[in-house]
Amino acid sequence: MANVPDNLHYSKDHEWVRVEGDTAVVGITDHAQEQLGDVVYVELPKTGETFPAHESFGSVESVKAVSEIFTPISGTITEVNDSLNDEPEKVNKDPYGEGWMIKIKMNAAGEVDSLLTAAEYEDFTKAEE
Amino acid sequence: MSAPAVDLKRTPLNEAHRRLGGRMVEFGGWDMPVQYPAGTVNEHVRTRTRAGLFDVSHMGEVDVRGRDAIAFVNRLTSNDVSKLVDGQAQYTALTTPQGTVIDDLLVYRMAEDHLLLVVNAGTTDKDWEWIKSHHAGENIELRNASAEYCQLALQGPEAISILQQLTETNLEEIKYYHFTLGKVDGIDAIISRTGYTGEDGFEVYAAPEKAEQLWNKILDAGNYGTDEGVMPCGLAARNTLRLEAGMALYGHEIDENTTLLEANLGWITKLNKGDFIGREALAKQKEEGIKRKLIGFEVTDRGIARDGQDILVNGERVGRATSGSPAPFLKKNIGMGYVPRELSAVGTAIEIDVRGRMVGAQIVPLPFYKRAK
Repeated sequence: MANVPDNLHYSKDHEWVRVEGDTAVVGITDHAQEQLGDVVYVELPKTGETFPAHESFGSVESVKAVSEIFTPISGTITEVNDSLNDEPEKVNKDPYGEGWMIKIKMNAAGEVDSLLTAAEYEDFTKAEE
Repeated sequence: MSAPAVDLKRTPLNEAHRRLGGRMVEFGGWDMPVQYPAGTVNEHVRTRTRAGLFDVSHMGEVDVRGRDAIAFVNRLTSNDVSKLVDGQAQYTALTTPQGTVIDDLLVYRMAEDHLLLVVNAGTTDKDWEWIKSHHAGENIELRNASAEYCQLALQGPEAISILQQLTETNLEEIKYYHFTLGKVDGIDAIISRTGYTGEDGFEVYAAPEKAEQLWNKILDAGNYGTDEGVMPCGLAARNTLRLEAGMALYGHEIDENTTLLEANLGWITKLNKGDFIGREALAKQKEEGIKRKLIGFEVTDRGIARDGQDILVNGERVGRATSGSPAPFLKKNIGMGYVPRELSAVGTAIEIDVRGRMVGAQIVPLPFYKRAK
């Protein structure tokens, strides 16, 4: 079973969000990396770029396929995980840790409340199967 | 794990794949494993270095029997069936009158009056209709025998030592692209030294009810589960392996819009063998010269090219990628595609339009990977 930590927020596009003050850390879920298989390339935006919620901010490629990744909330990119350039496999090995993708300075802190809780996300992925 | 949609076809190994944790996807109307828990990269590399086991039971078989079997198949395919001896297999293609490709296939000569055609899964029904429709009173019997066989492919440098444990047939004596009838774990089988990975290996055909026994015995003989043991491999690894080996995939490099000559398949196009469907068009194209050509490329920038993406030279859109993926053994991002012949020289700098981002690449020789003999 995929790991779904309780302290995160989740999107229906299979991203997770961890709130750190006014910043949101974003990555893809364990379930998403399992579905993708071996991640071999991650394309991320540049710092300073701004995104509305649910906009594509990059892509994750596995050997077989490419998937877009969407920012679950709106804001400005303050940091990207450049280490994924050389070690994209971190997304598979540690999706909630070293496999994080971007940090966003949030426009509106309330946006995370519209995301799924861990329990809701688990139900959502079960229903999708 | 999700249940397959009711209309998807299943090979006799469907349950075995699920038990091994295979991630099942729809492929050409079949419910097939795209990968197992070890992942595509591991499956690919294990096949290159040790051995990989593939369920290819979804492939189709057409049985052609009768006095005119060779003449009939020779009229439908581009390679020369008359050159085969009993126990030999041939890579060839069913061609349209335009010289384009209905399907690529293997022809096995079982006997002078008995050929077995092994065709792609997604094209089996189309091929069967095409073959039947060209039957014009020859002394032959045609049978769609697809349901009568399971097919397992054991590929890689250790394939021979693994399979040898299960058979009294001396596998060393089977030459590349030859086969023999023998027993594997006591099961009647066609044992063929063929494959689609660029490695040495065998394809074993047997009755479908024996599929699980064969599958499990081969995994056991290959020490499945150990660090150096055989790995079951899914469709994704099958694709990356064949791409590294520069082999065409139907629906990508070849289809009814590409001719054999454009696809570097002149070597299976025997214009002097006598008449066959498409011969005239291919002879004319050979004389006039092809306008576009299948090339291999290596991505030199960061990024992965995928099939369907545009190929540019000097900023101009000149062609299209037909396959593209990371090459797990070579650790490069590679692909194949069509470009105008005058732009097809090895070393030519090209760009691929990867979802709006122009990614640099270079034309390189095919195949990308060739095993040491």
